[in-house]
Amino acid sequence: MPVEIDIDHVARLARLELTEQEKARLREQLGAILEHAAKVGEVAAEDVPPTAYAIPRSNVLRPDEVTPSLTLAEVLLNAPEVEDDRFKVPKIVEVE
Amino acid sequence: MSELCDLTASELGAKLRAREVSSVEILDSCLARIDAVDSRVEAFLERTDDLAREQARAADERIAAGDAPPAAGIPLALKDVLSTRGVTTTCGSKILETYVPPFDCTPWERLKADGGVLLGKTNCDEFAMGSSNENSAFGPVHNPWDLSMVPGGSSGGSAAAVAAGEAVWALGTDTGGSVRQPASLSGVVGFKPTYGLISRYGLIAFASSLDTIGTFTRSVRDAAALLSVIAGKDPMDATSLDQPRRDYTEGLDDGLEGLRVGVVREAFGEGVEPGVKASVQTAIDRLSELGATVSEASLPHADYALSAYYLIAPSEASSNLARYDGVRYGLRVDGADSVEMMTRTRGAGFGAEVKRRIMLGTYALSAGYFEAYYGQAQKVRTLIIRDYEAAFAEVDLLVSPTSPTTAFPIGAKVDDPLAMYLNDVFTIPANLSGMPAISIPSGLDEAGLPVGVQLTGPVLSEPIVLGVANALEGAIGFEARPALIAAA
Repeated sequence: MPVEIDIDHVARLARLELTEQEKARLREQLGAILEHAAKVGEVAAEDVPPTAYAIPRSNVLRPDEVTPSLTLAEVLLNAPEVEDDRFKVPKIVEVE
Repeated sequence: MSELCDLTASELGAKLRAREVSSVEILDSCLARIDAVDSRVEAFLERTDDLAREQARAADERIAAGDAPPAAGIPLALKDVLSTRGVTTTCGSKILETYVPPFDCTPWERLKADGGVLLGKTNCDEFAMGSSNENSAFGPVHNPWDLSMVPGGSSGGSAAAVAAGEAVWALGTDTGGSVRQPASLSGVVGFKPTYGLISRYGLIAFASSLDTIGTFTRSVRDAAALLSVIAGKDPMDATSLDQPRRDYTEGLDDGLEGLRVGVVREAFGEGVEPGVKASVQTAIDRLSELGATVSEASLPHADYALSAYYLIAPSEASSNLARYDGVRYGLRVDGADSVEMMTRTRGAGFGAEVKRRIMLGTYALSAGYFEAYYGQAQKVRTLIIRDYEAAFAEVDLLVSPTSPTTAFPIGAKVDDPLAMYLNDVFTIPANLSGMPAISIPSGLDEAGLPVGVQLTGPVLSEPIVLGVANALEGAIGFEARPALIAAA
């Protein structure tokens, strides 16, 4: 059975503005894709451990050496808005 | 009569070292081909002609001084998800339309150090999400074998550029088949090495546990040569394996005596076109004639690989693509506060397929659903790896079609995401298991479109995969070229 999804809730979590038309299409398409994807539940038994990486690595360390890094100008080069050598964004704190 | 741009890098390297041709002449040949065909193929998003001239002249000086590494003076193309310092890198997305990276990805840095010549950046599905190149915000790429067909994807531009003689070789990325499937549909060699063998520093991420850089070439020898330049440990990528840089062309001509090949039973069922089956069967017969022992093999959980992939890849993508927030780079659409700015920016900047996967991944990772989807998919990943381990206890290599179909018409599958996802059914398992896999042309179908045969080996079996592919390529003797080239 196609999966029912609360599109508005998921879009809010993803910080993604969608048109009503996009929402309708996604509701239908994601429902069908998830129905297919749910097949994983048929074989994923309790005793099967999960795999996050096919070739597991942990604690990849390197010597802590100081090397040249990007200049401030390079870092800010692509920013949509800059002020005083900082990324500028619209207000974050809600005002009562 | 083929032009310089139609030769392999190995052939061109020999001519360069013998001083029969110059790198500038090779570059001119590629640029003339691009001028002649790219208005129809549309493989390139950006050309870097001036940079290429400068690099070709430098390569010529270097070769004249007796320093001629295999990549020196060879024109290449890079998929537009690979960061190039000072050269726009868009990922085929409106959200990065004006993004100019301040650093180079490691593979290009290594190629540049060896005298590589950059022709430009190639078109691709947006953020490498797609199997037809139709998801690019900047329009589709056309298959050089038939311009009304897709070249495959997501690295469609790189595949088409190499197939049409616009580039001698190219790099792409393969998260679920995005190098091998377009190579198959475009009639070139596509190689995805072991996960972690090539550094991904500077590769703009899609699904980090799967993303692998791969090569497009017109011969297996070139794939080995290109891999030799770019593979090996890089401290800038924590997932890069502790492998030394080495020459993968060594041992390419060792015979197949004693080799055991398993034919993947599940890859010859329903949905595989008869022309694909017939061509791949011929390739399997060639392997027997070369001295390999051919038997049947099975990946019993192959049916579940696609489902697992379409949970794991979008989940990782939804997390990776959270960085496009209109703050540090890329598009910004203004809003009353930061959240509204981000929400509008992402709504305006991402295309339909990227939105679909972000939504799918966000849902699969959200509270209450994580275990049922992402958690279960990770268990299936374990089962797939166990399938391979069992198969490789019996055989050295697995063989299958690369893709169930040859190239399909532009527009044919755009409204049916599930049908589109089925393109990757035979390529996805090697991404889930991290194993090396190559696609080489096995022939043409009845419509004259290329078919690819895929060889998969265990982790870090590159010498075997490349050696067998090289022998098989010689036995198949695929000489066909797109009609477009003859007319160019």
